[in-house]
Amino acid sequence: MSFISVFNVLGPNMIGPSSSHTAGAAVIAYLAQKMITGPLKRVEFTLYGSFAKTYRGHGTDRALLGGIMGFHTDDIRIRDSFAIAKEEGIEFRFVENHVEDEVHPNTVDIRMENTGNQTMAIRGESLGGGKVRISRINGVEVDFSGEYSAVIVIHRDKPGVVAHITRCLSERGINIAFMRLFRENKGHTAYSIVESDGTLPEDVAASIRENANVHDVMVVGL
Amino acid sequence: MMDFKNAVELLALCRGGNLSISQVMRRREIELGEISGIEADEKMRRALEIMKNSAQKPIENPTRSMGGLIGGEAQKLAAHWQNGRGVCGPVLSKAMTYAMAVLETNASMGLIVAAPTAGSAGIVPGLLLALMEEYDLPENRVIDALYNAGAVGYLAMRNATVAGAVGGCQAEVGVASAMAASAAVELLGGTPEECLGAAGTVLMNMLGLVCDPVGGLVEYPCQNRNAAGVANALIAVEMALAGIRQLIPLDEMMAAMYAVGKKIPAELRETALGGCAATPSACAACKACS
Repeated sequence: MSFISVFNVLGPNMIGPSSSHTAGAAVIAYLAQKMITGPLKRVEFTLYGSFAKTYRGHGTDRALLGGIMGFHTDDIRIRDSFAIAKEEGIEFRFVENHVEDEVHPNTVDIRMENTGNQTMAIRGESLGGGKVRISRINGVEVDFSGEYSAVIVIHRDKPGVVAHITRCLSERGINIAFMRLFRENKGHTAYSIVESDGTLPEDVAASIRENANVHDVMVVGL
Repeated sequence: MMDFKNAVELLALCRGGNLSISQVMRRREIELGEISGIEADEKMRRALEIMKNSAQKPIENPTRSMGGLIGGEAQKLAAHWQNGRGVCGPVLSKAMTYAMAVLETNASMGLIVAAPTAGSAGIVPGLLLALMEEYDLPENRVIDALYNAGAVGYLAMRNATVAGAVGGCQAEVGVASAMAASAAVELLGGTPEECLGAAGTVLMNMLGLVCDPVGGLVEYPCQNRNAAGVANALIAVEMALAGIRQLIPLDEMMAAMYAVGKKIPAELRETALGGCAATPSACAACKACS
């Protein structure tokens, strides 16, 4: 059983009203924006289940937009995130999906596009108490919580890539807490997600990128 | 190692080291959370500061909630007892005002500390801040008391649930009230046994309470139930300090609460399909506010 801190009981410090519908939503979007190099031009949120039904009253929309701009759960600017996004020139849209019911009740798909026309699609689930799970990246099923600093490597599913990643990490003395590889099909694009106990230095991404089979590297943490 | 899995082990640690519950919980945080005592206390001081602000602001400056179901209740209560017309006595009048204020802050997208959840965030600050003012207690003692509250909440998270969707309102407001009661007993000079006795009393008296938020929003009846929660906590504190011993210890009450929670039908576990949420007036209000 993982450690329950006194600050998991008295906390999170958060903008209300709901740890699942507000704080969790902000966390998902915060993690999502870490996976694309900014600045963002456009973002679309597709809401499912309870998110789709109650998002206005819970401020889920403001929290998602705040998170996308890098606001933490206790950032009072979440309340005014619509106005701030407009000022920053970010186009945003919320789509309600009431049809799909084979999803966790608090699920959101986030489609981001940056000013360099790169796109990235993330699916996140808010599990309660501010805890979240990222369950898809660009349509590939993944699983990570964001509670640990993580490095996400998009690469070709070829021998030697994982060894290269672990070597880069061990050279920096980084202790791996969890490591998992997700892929669509054998030999195609794969997503390796490594979660570490400590904070990950930004330069680790550059050295992982040196391998020819690596497409992209993202360092993600709260 | 300063860790415990249940109330029996917690009390053994208290007895063995002649420690209060807050001291055990603080040491546990330092050992297992790998932070210094100063860092932990600083984080707790920040939590207390947020609690104070969230309990004060709606009294001076009421704000309508996001869903439009609440707003202004704390100011009305404060005006009522400040005019000398309060019937609950100074501690409870103040505590229920603060508790309702925190829920107003929460429902209008203000900053709060989940304690243990956002929907039950008013109870721990409500009672502790009222006691701090009425008994003129120093802030450090209240910070200690928050560790005590954290110990009870941790046991509920570990051995039962604090999610309304899993265990109903008894798991949210019930546990928050149990946390507040235990912390208040320590703050008022009670023993660790009396603290956990009070926590168990609250769970007993709030057993079976359903989670039925109107429109699925954390507004109504949540805000009323936070006021009811401080009252339940205060009753249990009085009994414990008066030397009343309960038949059923906290661990057993926690297990009973969890077992009852799992038997509550889904309609009454945060789905807004039953209870208050399904009344004609609630349904009519939802149409008006959405």
